Amino acid sequence: MAYNTKVIDHYENPRNVGSLDKNSKAVGTGLVGAPECGDVMKLQIEIDEKTRVITDAKFKTFGCGSAIASSSLATEWVKGKTIDQALAIKNTDIVNELSLPPIKIHCSVLAEDAIKAAIQDYVKKNPEKEKLS
Amino acid sequence: MRLPVYLDYHATAPVDPEVLQAMMPYFTEVFGNAASRNHEYGWTAEAAVERARQQVAKLIGATEKEIIFTSGATESNNLAIQGVAEMYKEKGNHIITSPIEHKAVLDTCHALEKKGFEITYLPVDHYGRVTAEVVRNAITPKTILVSVMAANNEIGTINPLREIGKVCKEKGVLFHTDAVQAIGKTPINVEEMGIDLLSMTAHKVYGPKGVAALYVRRKNPRVRLAAIVHGGGHERGMRSGTLNVPGIVGFGKAIEVAGRSMVEEGARIQMLRDLLWEKIQTELDEVYLNGHPTERLPGNLNVSFAYVEGESLMMGMKELAVSSGSACTSASLEPSYVLKNIGVGEDLAHTSIRFGLGRFTTQEEIEFAAKKVISTVKKLRDLSPLYEMAKEGIDLKSVNWTGH
Repeated sequence: MAYNTKVIDHYENPRNVGSLDKNSKAVGTGLVGAPECGDVMKLQIEIDEKTRVITDAKFKTFGCGSAIASSSLATEWVKGKTIDQALAIKNTDIVNELSLPPIKIHCSVLAEDAIKAAIQDYVKKNPEKEKLS
Repeated sequence: MRLPVYLDYHATAPVDPEVLQAMMPYFTEVFGNAASRNHEYGWTAEAAVERARQQVAKLIGATEKEIIFTSGATESNNLAIQGVAEMYKEKGNHIITSPIEHKAVLDTCHALEKKGFEITYLPVDHYGRVTAEVVRNAITPKTILVSVMAANNEIGTINPLREIGKVCKEKGVLFHTDAVQAIGKTPINVEEMGIDLLSMTAHKVYGPKGVAALYVRRKNPRVRLAAIVHGGGHERGMRSGTLNVPGIVGFGKAIEVAGRSMVEEGARIQMLRDLLWEKIQTELDEVYLNGHPTERLPGNLNVSFAYVEGESLMMGMKELAVSSGSACTSASLEPSYVLKNIGVGEDLAHTSIRFGLGRFTTQEEIEFAAKKVISTVKKLRDLSPLYEMAKEGIDLKSVNWTGH
């Protein structure tokens, strides 16, 4: 299978690899997928308490090249966005940006799930913030 | 060194130059139809085919009349299993096989199930071996055939053919083996091993693609087969169709070369395979060998690199031509059924890579491959949330995953 050049670029130069302090109140962690399914994504976001803007994002992914690229792209996209803007990112946006073939669409779904899970985790840690949105 | 380094010899092998040279005259000069009985062109073609038949027969301890040429091992397996099923259906409708056979065997069995045959898929041990004991226990008065592969194409495990053959003889059941991966790599003798039918193909032993053979025993017992390809009655009526003379000549030559070089070549390839495995184990933790540690093909190394997904691993080492048991490399999204059946968890099945070494593999290539594998696994483990969690002491089995 030949890969799209954008997938290869993200695979070879993944953006925002690493981890944030999962115990910090300002950090939301999303861990989605399962080892048995062949892909697991951990996506973390750091949120500015006042502006509700995502100031930093990190990821680590176990999965195929498309899964790595989808999560790398997701960290790029969420940075600088507000929670609501980040929640508006759809898996189809990722599919289009990376030209993923039908068999790899689940990678983009997982990336969208990872963003939502990270935000959910942040909201759970900061229940008072939810009322604002 | 030519890139990518070819380490996929279980898939296919290049034609040996000596083989190609032997084939060349049969495309242009000696082009006759081996079935043309009334002129020189036909006679020379037939003589060449008969010489190849002897070469093939000799390697497995058979006689030339027991070799039927076909178009590929898939056809050989189909002919063996369907041919026996059709011919012996009055005697019984039960066939025994293993769950880690090649698809050419498994799908043929599935097709027969739909026609009313009963198929038993024997359990294999965690190395992928079928024991003679489980074969014995599975045989019923209705059993007409046991089909167990000689060596597995993914994990390289070699089955105890001699013991299985002995049980089949005792019970009066025909024994077929798919020996595609084993021929020319490990000694096989149909007499000593009690094999009644054996499938093999040219392109895995440095011969051309599109030509293969089925050994069909003629004595003790005389095996009869119902043909699946009908026509001019070639190959004793078991496989009609004009013979692929250049291909058959190449097959014969390839088998002859394999016969004379097997021992020395096997030792060299195994030394390189062991070197690769040793380098990987020295540099990387949590790597697991799939298949039997000693009863395996000399050129096979199948390894699970925990916490690193197989397809991304192959993507990172595109200078190596290897194969993976990961789901992402197949259309089905299911990881390797072979690994699953030998008890490798799906998590580890996704991380497996098969290295296949062969005649033209060099030490330089293996050293290059080892470096590439090690650096790519390290890079991807830095990227792996699972590796991070494992290092933090989290038991991954206890995590409540959100599988999709």
